[in-house]
Amino acid sequence: MTEHVVIVGGGTGGSVLANDLADRLEPELDAGDVRITLINDDADHVYKPVWLYVPFGQREPDDGRRPLEDLVDDRVDIRIDRVTEIDTDAERLESMEGDDTIEYDHLVLATGSTLVPEEIPGLADGGHDYYSESGAVDLRDELLSLTEGRLVLSVVGTPHMCPAAPLEFVFMVDDWLRERGLREDVEITYTYPIQRVHGNPHIAEWARPIMEERDIDVETFFNAESVDPEAETITSMEGTELDYDLLVTIPPHAGVDLIEEAGLGDDGWVDVDKHTLEAEAAENVYALGDTADTGVPNAGSVAHYQAGVVGQRLASEIRGRPATATYDGKTLCFIETGMDAASFVEFDYETPPAPAPPSEKLHWSKLAYNEAYWLTARGLL
Amino acid sequence: MTDIEPDETVDARGAACPGPLMDLIGAIRSADSGEVVRLLSDNEQSLSDVPEWAEEAGNELRAVEELDDHHEFYVEKA
Repeated sequence: MTEHVVIVGGGTGGSVLANDLADRLEPELDAGDVRITLINDDADHVYKPVWLYVPFGQREPDDGRRPLEDLVDDRVDIRIDRVTEIDTDAERLESMEGDDTIEYDHLVLATGSTLVPEEIPGLADGGHDYYSESGAVDLRDELLSLTEGRLVLSVVGTPHMCPAAPLEFVFMVDDWLRERGLREDVEITYTYPIQRVHGNPHIAEWARPIMEERDIDVETFFNAESVDPEAETITSMEGTELDYDLLVTIPPHAGVDLIEEAGLGDDGWVDVDKHTLEAEAAENVYALGDTADTGVPNAGSVAHYQAGVVGQRLASEIRGRPATATYDGKTLCFIETGMDAASFVEFDYETPPAPAPPSEKLHWSKLAYNEAYWLTARGLL
Repeated sequence: MTDIEPDETVDARGAACPGPLMDLIGAIRSADSGEVVRLLSDNEQSLSDVPEWAEEAGNELRAVEELDDHHEFYVEKA
């Protein structure tokens, strides 16, 4: 009997895992004992970290897109389709395209995050973002026309993709405006939902003095309740109202609905064992990346490392051996601190981050990795 | 033990900081004025985070219960 591994989602986690399994299970694939299907609702793989650079005119959205066919091993069946239902008891999926039911022996959910700005009244009309291709392009146009006034960067929802990106954006826009001789005419205000400037206390402690030094105003305990696009104001649940001339937000995020409908977790995030990444509510189901509710950042590096763990575990299971690989919370992030300097953090479940002193070398390392990422997606790096 | 009847319970046990506080904020966001949300957290940081936020946001922290392996916070939306 051929064992069928189905991966839903062709982002970083899904693509790295598909290539990892194609390599690891080569003998079984060649013998027809295993087949792997990667289902994605877009023919392209999208590398989202490119979007941070789009508003500053440094990258184009197309720089972050490549066809999955070019990235994923030929031994993996790629199905461009949208899964509409997961039945973990019957171990099968329903989808939009075709009349067939997709049966699986092993399921991996890597469906990622979606944006839900509509949760906050006025946000979709009044706010701009760099967490989507269209948002990043629109923001580029808005930034170019901002010559004076107040730019507000508001982190509306957590968890959100790339927790460092809000800090990176204000550090970069500060530097970008200084280089263009406009910084004295543009105030920058950063808001965050809790009492510090980042969810991780070590990163918050590192970032706060840099913000003070760079004259970036900070509003903590600011949970956006509504945006008035006409009056150009954003109001928090805590009762603070801020005027803005350009509002940049990290919109609320959610996972995909079918996860909650399948009883696998709330808000589209799968409840998992944070070490094995196995779903708690169903057998033979793993989740990875943003989709796995582990408490670690929603970041590409996390999805990348988790894919290696799930790949090893699935190979063990398919070969009838006990699965021993576990995820230790490993996370890596470069953090831009301007247009030509960056820091770097590495941490896991046990070891807190200690941000490296910002340097030009780390900035170039980040840019170099963004190019080398395509090797990661192919499962080579 | 408190006899406050919560309108909603958020179980954030096992979540790393700031997960429990963000879960509470999310529940308060969708609650109506006067409703009580009970937060279950085993993160020590919640003992300072939750009262600090409740005061800042003008909501009332009506009770904090200490149980064997977690705390329960009863927050009433203003």
